[in-house]
Amino acid sequence: MSARDEILARVRGATADVVTTPADRAPTAVVEETSPGRAATLDLFAENVADYRAQVVRVAASGVAGAVADALRQQGCATAVLPTGLDPAWRGAATEVVRVLDEADVRVDAELDAVDAVVTAAAVGIAVTGTVVLDHAADQGRRALTLVPDVHVCVVRAGQVVHDVPEAVGRLRPEPGLARPLTWVSGPSATSDIELERVEGVHGPRTLVVVLVDEEV
Amino acid sequence: MSALARPGTDLRVALFATCFNDTMWPDTLKATVRLLERLGCTVEFPQAQTCCGQMLTNTGYGAKALPLVRRFVDVFEGYDAVVAPSGSCVGSVRHQHRGIVELAGDDRLASRVEHTVPKVLELSELLVDVLGVTDVGAWFPHRVTYHPTCHSLRMLRVGDRPLQLLRAVRGIDLVELPGATECCGFGGTFAMKNADVSVAMGSDKARAVVGTGAEVLVAGDNSCLAHIGGILGRQRAGVRHLHLAEVLASTEEDPA
Amino acid sequence: MTTTTPGPVQQTSLVFVGMPKFPTAAREALANTQQRRNLRHATHTIRDKRARVVAEVPEWEALRVAGAEAKDEALAHLGDYLEQLEASLTANGATVHWARDAAEANAIVLGIVRDQQVDEVVKVKSMATQEIELNEALEAAGVNAWETDLAELIVQLGHDRPSHILVPAIHRNRSEVRDIFRREMAAVGRPAPEDLTDEPARLAEAARLHLREKFLRAKVAVSGANFAVAETGTLVVVESEGNGRMCLTLPETLVTVVGIEKVLPRWDDLAPMLQLLPRSSTGERMNPYTTMWSGAHDGDGPQDVHVVLLDNGRSHVLADRVGRQALRCIRCSACLNVCPVYERTGGHAYGSVYPGPIGAVLNPQLRGTTSEVDKSLPYASSLCGACFDACPVRIDIPELLVELRGRVVEQEGRTAESAAMAAAAWVLSDPKRLAAAQRAATTAGRVIGGRTVRAVPGLGAWTDARDVPTPPTETFRQWWARERGQGSR
Repeated sequence: MSARDEILARVRGATADVVTTPADRAPTAVVEETSPGRAATLDLFAENVADYRAQVVRVAASGVAGAVADALRQQGCATAVLPTGLDPAWRGAATEVVRVLDEADVRVDAELDAVDAVVTAAAVGIAVTGTVVLDHAADQGRRALTLVPDVHVCVVRAGQVVHDVPEAVGRLRPEPGLARPLTWVSGPSATSDIELERVEGVHGPRTLVVVLVDEEV
Repeated sequence: MSALARPGTDLRVALFATCFNDTMWPDTLKATVRLLERLGCTVEFPQAQTCCGQMLTNTGYGAKALPLVRRFVDVFEGYDAVVAPSGSCVGSVRHQHRGIVELAGDDRLASRVEHTVPKVLELSELLVDVLGVTDVGAWFPHRVTYHPTCHSLRMLRVGDRPLQLLRAVRGIDLVELPGATECCGFGGTFAMKNADVSVAMGSDKARAVVGTGAEVLVAGDNSCLAHIGGILGRQRAGVRHLHLAEVLASTEEDPA
Repeated sequence: MTTTTPGPVQQTSLVFVGMPKFPTAAREALANTQQRRNLRHATHTIRDKRARVVAEVPEWEALRVAGAEAKDEALAHLGDYLEQLEASLTANGATVHWARDAAEANAIVLGIVRDQQVDEVVKVKSMATQEIELNEALEAAGVNAWETDLAELIVQLGHDRPSHILVPAIHRNRSEVRDIFRREMAAVGRPAPEDLTDEPARLAEAARLHLREKFLRAKVAVSGANFAVAETGTLVVVESEGNGRMCLTLPETLVTVVGIEKVLPRWDDLAPMLQLLPRSSTGERMNPYTTMWSGAHDGDGPQDVHVVLLDNGRSHVLADRVGRQALRCIRCSACLNVCPVYERTGGHAYGSVYPGPIGAVLNPQLRGTTSEVDKSLPYASSLCGACFDACPVRIDIPELLVELRGRVVEQEGRTAESAAMAAAAWVLSDPKRLAAAQRAATTAGRVIGGRTVRAVPGLGAWTDARDVPTPPTETFRQWWARERGQGSR
């Protein structure tokens, strides 16, 4: 018998007492904090992202390009890699302060090690946990882009911010046959492996700047 | 004393002595009787009672505890309320008796167990929930710290009921025990089978007790008290231990 | 009653063969004062952090129920969900392998590594690969397996064993870590900086530099997975440092070893899990990084993606209707951090990669109760219940411990203890016999009088460090009969 068949037979033998079927199951219970309102959700998002010692900059839509340029300048970056589908206005702003490489120009991931920063959009933000989720669409680039450079400037639009985790999971449900990889980021990389003392910055970007684009009034 | 309400009037309570208290700590049981009678209860002691079977169950001899469970139900099923000054034994009754009977496959006994065990209460539950009192008219002019035992805390969920009762004691100087919710390390046969770890846990608990400057350590389980008290005694720490019932029974006329 | 057929138990690995029983190993651990101090500090720190973030969630109990429900569903219909997972993974371009035991899993991984003609792999911290001792198997075949989690790196460089599920080097303090890095890094790659101090930030920086060259050149990575969603074929790795992302993203080939109990039925089940795990585990609202991948993603990350579904005793545990709840475990280690026994003994005394309360119930189920250590593990607890309260998927560990004690008793047959317990049961089942036995105690009480007992023959385990309570001269039963007569039934 193949290992597959044997394991399945063992498992079915072990659960022979079960009388229900998978179809009997009710929908997964949704346990979440209710949003007290959009403004409060956005404030909480900004607060919790900052609590993870990421930097948070809140701007109007017209201010994104400026904020991106400021972040790159303040971090002392000389080079930045940009995903192919990044908003042209942000790209333009970045070009004025750093030497810009396009995602397509850096074919070998190891070459990203020489790049200072990356600028991306995002897919979802989660207020309760201070999380940014990347789905690596064209405005975020392949996963290595947001991993190897040491500074990540990430633009999150207010409309992308949900209150709690279940809503985010709902939004990110993969379409059949079109699953995307997801990276959930909550603050810069960190470890507490030595005496449970938290140290920010191990392997992933040690600096995370989240530019939160508030809704236009 | 005359001003004290007698909320227990008309309540007939069976005392489940528990074998350990019966044999080793009769003063706790006498205090329980005194306290409940002071509050107006009619206390009965059904003499056919023996033991909840916890030691057998927790050591892996659950099947041997079946006759004890049967006896427990025979003795106590007719009462409206059963009380024991032991969180651990009440925990065993409420949380283990069903399982022992289920395993034996005795459906009739199972339904009698189902009917009986919810009526079995730890002392602080009876006082606060059934009698509705927190001030039981006690007087105990000493510096006291309270250790909430694991089974009263996490099996019975008695919460802060014992502390509510202690806070209302006249003359008491109640001080918080640091790390109170951590296990003292008694754990029944654990104290023997893993004596080194048990003593390590008990020593930390004893250190916390001494650190409070308390003169008396109070808890709702004499077994845990014997363990912590045994360590304090060996250290000549100058802290005595007393069961909650004895503090609550203590009065100016008859101090503990 | 329907009977179920248990699969075989796990073979105890060479690393843990001959482990002494828990009390013996524990005594040694208790004497290690440096380790006791390290453990106390670490467990209390993380315990407090967890308590704070769990208190932020008013509906925590409802979340625990949702988490347990999702895992129970997966286990109840595990055959169906494993087949669905396999189909989803295959549709996503992954190659699925099945491994009955550790040897088979290791052979599969080694085969994939050999196909790539490499002599090293980078590894994401994974309990499943520790359990099967993959590193040892790879090394025996001439393949270096580089652990990339900081704590795992400390353990590997220190030629040590992990002692905690989440923080494997919890028993080490900063100066020990600095010494290990200074001594060992040079032999396997970039040396530690000359001026390395024991500041955690400096030590983390040293690990970053040491490992980066390995990440950038590795062709093959090996990981575990926290969750595997049957519905979508999605694998999930929850981590903090970014070493996971490095391994899951940069190499061309990725092999993920997944215990069959890691399956979640639906995508939606990820929500309660991601709400429960970080708060229970690291005491954070969310861990810094979570990676989800569904097979091979065109132009992004590894294109050669393998998944090894591992039984290794799990189907044996599954056959036990009480014991199977232990398979809900999501390896958060909250039970370790709150356990008063673990806090004092550390993890090595448990003789397994799964220490603490969950190890005390999982190991005797996965491996059986034939070895000295596995037989003793169900007793390595005071049954204080702190582990159940902390468990995010409501595994009733105290209940399982008691259940397993019963199994050990049954297996051992007639012993001095069983004779004593039988005698006790006989005495306790009849009030007259109990009263007769009590007379022995009160006789002793009268002899001892007001003195304190400091030693009793045969009770050394108690009296070595504790006074014995003096028996009274009269039992309560006697007092009641004397004072109240036979008034009561």
